[in-house]
Amino acid sequence: VQEKEELIEEWQPEPLVPPVPKDHPALNYNIVSGPPTHIITVNGKECINFASFNFLGLLNNEKVKSAAQASLKKYGVGTCGPRGFYGTFDVHLELEERLAKFMRTEEAIIYSYGFATIASAIPAYSKRGDIVFVDEAACFAIQKGLQASRSNIKLFKHNDMADLERLLKEQETEDQKNPRKARVTRRFIVVEGLYMNTGDICPLPELIKLKYKYKVRIFLEESLSFGVLGEHGRGITEHFGINIDDIDLISANMENSLASIGGFCCGRSFIIDHQRLSGQGYCFSASLPPLLAAAAIEALNIMEDNPDIFQTLRAKCERIHKALQGISGLKVVGESFSPALHLQLEESCGSRENDVKLLKRVVDYCMNSGIALTQARYLEKEEKCLPPPSIRVVITVEQTEQELDKAASLLKEAAQSVLN
Amino acid sequence: INHIVHNGGLYKRPFNEAFEETPMLVAVLTYVGYGVLTLFGYLRDFMRQWKIEKCQNATEREEQKDFVPLYQDFENFYNRNLYMRIRDSWNRPICSVPGAKVDMMERVSHDYNWTFTYTGRVIKDIINMGSYNYLGFAQKAGACQEAAAKVLSQYGAGVCSTRQEMGNLDKHEELEKLVARFLGVESAMTYGMGFATNSMNIPALVGKGCLILSDELNHASLVLGARLSGATIRIFKHNNMQSLEKLLKDAIVHGQPRTRRPWKKILILVEGIYSMEGSIVRLPEVIALKKKYKSYLYLDEAHSIGALGPSGRGVVDYFGLSPEDVDVMMGTFTKSFGAAGGYIGGKKELIDYLRTYSHSAAYATSMSPPVVEQIIASMKCIMGEDGTTVGEARVQQLAENTRYFRRRLKEMGFIIYGNEDSPVVPLMLYMPAKIGAFGREMLKRNIGVVVVGFPATPIIESRARFCLSAAHTKEMLDTALKEINEVGDLLQLKYSRHRLVPLLDRPFDETTYEETED
Repeated sequence: VQEKEELIEEWQPEPLVPPVPKDHPALNYNIVSGPPTHIITVNGKECINFASFNFLGLLNNEKVKSAAQASLKKYGVGTCGPRGFYGTFDVHLELEERLAKFMRTEEAIIYSYGFATIASAIPAYSKRGDIVFVDEAACFAIQKGLQASRSNIKLFKHNDMADLERLLKEQETEDQKNPRKARVTRRFIVVEGLYMNTGDICPLPELIKLKYKYKVRIFLEESLSFGVLGEHGRGITEHFGINIDDIDLISANMENSLASIGGFCCGRSFIIDHQRLSGQGYCFSASLPPLLAAAAIEALNIMEDNPDIFQTLRAKCERIHKALQGISGLKVVGESFSPALHLQLEESCGSRENDVKLLKRVVDYCMNSGIALTQARYLEKEEKCLPPPSIRVVITVEQTEQELDKAASLLKEAAQSVLN
Repeated sequence: INHIVHNGGLYKRPFNEAFEETPMLVAVLTYVGYGVLTLFGYLRDFMRQWKIEKCQNATEREEQKDFVPLYQDFENFYNRNLYMRIRDSWNRPICSVPGAKVDMMERVSHDYNWTFTYTGRVIKDIINMGSYNYLGFAQKAGACQEAAAKVLSQYGAGVCSTRQEMGNLDKHEELEKLVARFLGVESAMTYGMGFATNSMNIPALVGKGCLILSDELNHASLVLGARLSGATIRIFKHNNMQSLEKLLKDAIVHGQPRTRRPWKKILILVEGIYSMEGSIVRLPEVIALKKKYKSYLYLDEAHSIGALGPSGRGVVDYFGLSPEDVDVMMGTFTKSFGAAGGYIGGKKELIDYLRTYSHSAAYATSMSPPVVEQIIASMKCIMGEDGTTVGEARVQQLAENTRYFRRRLKEMGFIIYGNEDSPVVPLMLYMPAKIGAFGREMLKRNIGVVVVGFPATPIIESRARFCLSAAHTKEMLDTALKEINEVGDLLQLKYSRHRLVPLLDRPFDETTYEETED
């Protein structure tokens, strides 16, 4: 007993958290005074907003705001309960119906937080022993969902269908060795419609072929492509003209195009209904405040009434994509119609820390001249495949052609002055 | 077992928690009930498989019939055969503000709960004993709502960016300073979702090589956060300090399993009020243990912030302790503040670290501005900074309601779990049929209650859970109590063998909250 007392005396734990250096790039946040809309006041300076994912410009839309006001007057702010215990409001049911109708699926389910949507959906279906094939460039929410599911994760190279097929073939030979186990092991492919980290789209037609050939289910994460791709903004399935029933689950967050908060999953009832009892972020968390649901419904109305904004948005993306080509020192990463691009350094200067500092100087130059930009932020130690440091450029439908050209020329100037 | 503890002066007031044992006959009958249901479940599954009965479940696509089945048949046995029968007690849709009285949309089912249709009628003025509205801030008019409306028209509803990128509004900074002041800590950080606050920040604080000691009945978000962190998890018996001390001693003396190296750090995860049991954490003892064994304390005050304590500052205030003793104070804004989201408060180094390394700061959208304003307004009201005594009055009203309601239920002879001061009141039902019956009977009498069964609770301990609110007037509580009494007699729910002697109906005096003697 004496020994035990001594051991207890002697043991010294680490401090709860290690100290963070004062000049850590992620510590000092930009302070935005006022609404983060098209003209944004960052750290006291008025700039044109090229950093918020407000693709359809609905953040400042008067109709959306008045729908939210009406909801506020009727329901107050919070819902005071999870969906199962008097937290289901008629606005939630309406929003779910509208989303299901818009995406032309049987059913939709709403979450109160965008990150929690895919992070709760994946572990609801994929358990220990199941296999998930996921793209290397998948976003952090997907990675956390996969970690929570405890399944076997197999990463394939970004957008490389040959690599994915190789992994699927390997799995097939494994299956033949142990057919009994193979009969109960579920398989999934998780891809994003428009990747947040690289700005590319996934080759969905090839994925569908692989799906039926190897009997794997597809989960599609459409946070950036919902409300952007496709003739009516229905996402990448409309873009490629694929039957929506071929995708098992589509998950998206409402925080980009719909300018609200939260997320949704849609698909067939057979699949979606399961999440109502096993989606952790759905069952054990308070439901979405009704004013945000009302804002999302109004935003959907606007999307349905003005189907030409998607084409306008894509045209602006093409314009700036072209304008940003040929900046010395920076290369553009992303599809030409993607509204969220990355600008990476053509040549790294050795360490990630120095790259980040260099990009910060470019961003500061632009901010001082009236264009608000931001670096893409990652948790360096937590990401599976950390993307290189980059500046995020976001195109919205509210930016005029002059503003696009101004941004492009300013970036050229900044790159010249900082990088050369 | 009735615990009234003073424990060597650690507690400044009596800590009165009770969990009456399940009567033997009731336990046996409950098991029999489940047995019968399971048998019938097998029978119905058999009939469905052989197409004698129509299968109402949604099914897989024709083209995908040869894929590996998405769900194991057995996984859903409980869902198909037990849950489905009483499914109408949950997910009840409402169409008004979730205050003390609420309007519900009427639903009927013509095929035994497989599908619901809305008749279009609205059941009005149901007494709401299910929403987490402890201080009554779920209001559609009033100072808080007006402030939120103003911010909504100025800022809009969404934010469209993360905290570390372009989503950090001046409103967020204002809120965080206010939260830090409210809690009495150096600094605080807020997040958009309470569940996510736990699941995204515990992994940032601990990792491999650390030890997490978690209470048996912790919430799913704490369990998920602990699992995602990769640390070793050990469970101690619910609110049991001997169990916790044993685990702490063993951990330090034996070190990590296999390698015997000492643990990097030990984190104790507890909640302020446990929402299924109604028990309050034994905070003075936990803090004493934590100091003795040099570990860190993570306190999840989802239900207790605003609801306990003479000034509504939570369980730390309730016990008269110093917030500096709790390393990480976490809580949510959903329950007592009528908004949504969560916060973490603590020392400045902790919060700076979280601002840099929290998953939510880097990848998740920040809180919506009108929601932020609602929290600011309601927090100022509780602190009395809006110039009125409304906040103080509500905190007192909640305490009075709690004591009154619990006392009356115990006098009637129901088995009530939990601490005398907790506004969460679980009333034991035990038998599976009574779960559905209680919910439905109370709704017929215009009272909305929450019933919970397996898997949220152990299989024989299903219960009805009442959440009291400062918005409940004495008349509402009396109406509710009268109906509960009737339904209790109808369903034979009065299992308790310790009948309290009924007190003469005296008004509340100042001893509701004994001031701590210094």
